[in-house]
Amino acid sequence: MKITFPHLGNSYIAIETLLRTLGHEPITPPLGTRKTLELGSKISPEHTCLPFKIILGNMLEGISQGADTVMMIGGWGPCRLGYYGEIQRILLEESGNDIEFITLEVPRKDYNKAWSTMRKVFSCKNLGAIYKGCQLTKAKMDVLERLENLSLYCRPREKIPGAISSFLDKKLQELRQVSSIKDCYLIYENSEKELEDLINPNNKRRVPRVGFLGEIYTVVEPFANLNIETRLGHLGVEVVRTISLWEWLQDHIFKKIMGKSHIEPLAKSADGYLRGFIGGHGLESVAHSVELAKSNLDGIIHILPLSCNPEIIAQGILPKISSDYEVPIMSLVIDEHAGETGFQTRLEAFVDLMERRLYARV
Amino acid sequence: MSNEARNVYLGVDVGSVSTNFILLDPHEKEDNKIVWKQYLRTQGAPLNTLQRGLKLMNESGVWNIMGVGTTGSGRSLAGAVLGADVVKNEITAHAIAALHENQQVQTIIEIGGQDSKLIVLRDGVVVDFSMNTVCAAGTGSFLDQQASRLELPLGEFGNLALKSINPVRIAGRCTVFAESDMIHKQQLGHGIEDILAGLCGAMVRNYLGNVARGKKLEPVIFFQGGVAANKAMQRFFREELNQEIYVPINYDVMGAIGAAWLAKEKLEREESTTEFLGMRLLDSTFTNKSYECTNCPNNCEIVELWCDGKFVARWGARCGSSS
Repeated sequence: MKITFPHLGNSYIAIETLLRTLGHEPITPPLGTRKTLELGSKISPEHTCLPFKIILGNMLEGISQGADTVMMIGGWGPCRLGYYGEIQRILLEESGNDIEFITLEVPRKDYNKAWSTMRKVFSCKNLGAIYKGCQLTKAKMDVLERLENLSLYCRPREKIPGAISSFLDKKLQELRQVSSIKDCYLIYENSEKELEDLINPNNKRRVPRVGFLGEIYTVVEPFANLNIETRLGHLGVEVVRTISLWEWLQDHIFKKIMGKSHIEPLAKSADGYLRGFIGGHGLESVAHSVELAKSNLDGIIHILPLSCNPEIIAQGILPKISSDYEVPIMSLVIDEHAGETGFQTRLEAFVDLMERRLYARV
Repeated sequence: MSNEARNVYLGVDVGSVSTNFILLDPHEKEDNKIVWKQYLRTQGAPLNTLQRGLKLMNESGVWNIMGVGTTGSGRSLAGAVLGADVVKNEITAHAIAALHENQQVQTIIEIGGQDSKLIVLRDGVVVDFSMNTVCAAGTGSFLDQQASRLELPLGEFGNLALKSINPVRIAGRCTVFAESDMIHKQQLGHGIEDILAGLCGAMVRNYLGNVARGKKLEPVIFFQGGVAANKAMQRFFREELNQEIYVPINYDVMGAIGAAWLAKEKLEREESTTEFLGMRLLDSTFTNKSYECTNCPNNCEIVELWCDGKFVARWGARCGSSS
């Protein structure tokens, strides 16, 4: 099958490998642009959230590149996203796309359906090859997140503006091409060395560090968050992530299959603010805010798409954490109609705030 | 006025509705160190407005520009055109201007053309701020629009509202609904003062509920931005907060003042001289070009500024590169 799938950060690099392993041809849609959003919005309900529209736009662009199948994650637990796949399938069909739609989800009741989905997905029957391919997928996922984290550290310290971003793009494309685990890690090791030449060795300035958290899609997908990590880097701030896509997959798929809960440790961190799971990433946002507030960070940025219920609850709790731990926290609401200028203004003002506090303390 | 050039710092705030220019003379003995100010409507043509402002500045006296700071939503453009020493966001600029007026300030309420802000300070440092989110309800543009619908000069708005004895209650969450609610109250026969007062009250409640959202507004409280001229708004803020509200003399150009102070601070700290391009800007022709960059899949919308056929600046690239 020719399978297309929505973007989530740079995960397409790993997903392509996985799909090839399973015996399919991956059709990676172009990275999100305003055209993607326009395409998706056109056939989306107006009041649905921004991720829904971008995801649908990705699917449409993948289909126009020749995909005959769309793959989407779903299931119970994450948030409304759990049933987005089903709605998107209907919307795609209604707008005249003759495609197969596969939703990957942890089954709750209907094991027969799950079994038939699995049979469709596993078109390659060589178990040894599948095992190897999965290991390579995992390695790519791991290396790409490590590369991203490196760039978050280096960007505020770069010699030439924009150099780190183009370096990261180049390395990610290399990672996309390689086909052995050893090569994946070689790319990472080389990057570590090469980056030393790109950062300013004489910069003694203490770089402010900001924790970044919120609803997972808007955190991970740069098109949705208006490239916030790059913007902050160029404003001279190091971004500290709290969400790893790889960990998230482990929490939501593998642990769920094994019947383990990732909730307990989070609820422990969030103790005193929020007792338990409220859907989506709400508990994570509160728990991670508390953890970050306790560590030596200069600020926290919380991001959410307009109308995202779990994050609205978190947004209501964060000011309390902010005043209890005396750490600035800013919530940013992202929407199709939100302007870039206002977004940049808020970021710049927040960076000024962190810097002035930092220098007042020193 | 003597013919000797006076040493001043230029501050420019290019906003959605207005573009404000000020000249700051730090050595002026008076409390008010602003020696010239000009308020112009941006009218969607910031380049033109900038040139008009400079022309007026030139005609108003003999100035030696020591430094230039720009702020507002058009700050990058203005910064490139003028050769600014500092290009700063409005929040920092407003805070700096207020601090120069009174170091004890802890709260700044700023309501401008299309956005409203709250800035919280402690010990002279900004510790928190917020801006109106997706909706522009309760900002200057709406007052402007209602004033023209009622054929009232905007300046009269507040004074008329102050005469009200029984303000009506207007739904202020959304400007569209507020307008239909106002029309409804008019049709019922309520007096214009009561309706205007109701609208001002709704805007204050909207601000406190949406922008201030549970933050502690401690004194000293400053109220600045174009809307601060509205006496009824001042009164409703005073009543709702039960605190004295202080409106600085130059409430309408505080952003520009902050930008000028920031330019002065920076040049003195770095012991450097201004990048200001000078009065030749008046004779230059500026053009801008926009296109979609195809160097990477981001396809950013790039804007380029050209001056007399020479390239000046370019922005809009997400990768941060300027080439």
